[in-house]
Amino acid sequence: MKDLKDAGHLLRLAAVFAAVFLMFLLVRGLLVPRSFGQYGHYRGAALSEIASRPVTYAGHQACEVCHTDVVELKSKGKHARVACESCHGPLANHADDPASIQPAKLETPSLCPRCHTANQAKPKGFPQVAPDDHSGGVPCDTCHKPHSPVIEAAEVNP
Amino acid sequence: MSMTRRHFLLLTAAAAAAWDSVVAGTPEAAPNYNRSEHWYGMLMNIEKCIGCGSCVRACQLENKVPDGYYRTWVERYHVADWTVESPSVDSPDGGKNGFVELKDSGGKNFFVPKLCNHCADSPCTQVCPVGATFVSPDGVVLVDPNYCLGCRYCVQACPYGCRFLNPATETAEKCSLCYHRITKGLTTACCEVCPTGTRQLVDFKNPKDPIHEFLKTHSVLVLKPYMATKAKVYYYGLDGSVR
Repeated sequence: MKDLKDAGHLLRLAAVFAAVFLMFLLVRGLLVPRSFGQYGHYRGAALSEIASRPVTYAGHQACEVCHTDVVELKSKGKHARVACESCHGPLANHADDPASIQPAKLETPSLCPRCHTANQAKPKGFPQVAPDDHSGGVPCDTCHKPHSPVIEAAEVNP
Repeated sequence: MSMTRRHFLLLTAAAAAAWDSVVAGTPEAAPNYNRSEHWYGMLMNIEKCIGCGSCVRACQLENKVPDGYYRTWVERYHVADWTVESPSVDSPDGGKNGFVELKDSGGKNFFVPKLCNHCADSPCTQVCPVGATFVSPDGVVLVDPNYCLGCRYCVQACPYGCRFLNPATETAEKCSLCYHRITKGLTTACCEVCPTGTRQLVDFKNPKDPIHEFLKTHSVLVLKPYMATKAKVYYYGLDGSVR
């Protein structure tokens, strides 16, 4: 036992190490978010937080619940696969409260050329015009119905 | 009142159960959505893109992206002739307001929409020193804005230039594949408004997704395949000049 007469030093040192380690565990427990490591090396709760952000575009399914007449008209035309909010803009607030929030009327002379202005980089089969030459400033919806834009022969010569 | 050993043990068990529920946190917000049943990506049909910029505008409105920054953008490529290795590329305002016709006519011209490739082996998540960016269980590369330090390592690490530092929050930002929409059964804002069907959100774990048939019957590419990032945005009709 004579060799261990100074063991008190080691015990005190071990106690200091143990105290520091316990402090480390305590601080770590306080600082690391609870859900960290739930799914991987990140805060698991972030998934739900990101998923709960509000939606701005309602999606065409929401529009189609009420606007069945437009769905019917659109389904036969060239714009059948163009979603409502492509032209009408984000309308989740209108879908949530249809009575009090009304979407603005669209200005076809500025709206239609966004897609249909001629450009050599566009696919060759895509209908495109030089808007000023094509209509001379007459609004597009004078001749084309935006929901079914192809002009039928019967409409030209009734 | 003295406590017996029996009561102490019962109380300990109850306290352990209570602590366990504290550690577990609040239950999921969308109970019908099971993350392990999805693996998302996107399909881009280059031959359909008209460069209208609808996707860029929709993304900015949906995700409140600050002006001058883009989570998705559209590039226009102009390849004069055999100079495939040095195309001229432009993307004014990310293509948000469309493209004015080039002065050089002729050659080969086309649009390429770009966004985060949601790599399964993403370099950006590997360099994050704090675990603020990660690949979600459904295959979406996300940023946790409450945990991001704004050190910009991930901005440098992305081979596709898809990340930026939001000047208002000073945290890294990128395409979230509209995680707040796809977990509710909607498609992304860019796919929703794309008038030509160039962009399609795909779920590789959904056996009914048309992507499976498309991949069997078409030649597709990812951007920078040599980076081996396992990108999940597949391009159909991609030209060799695209970088």
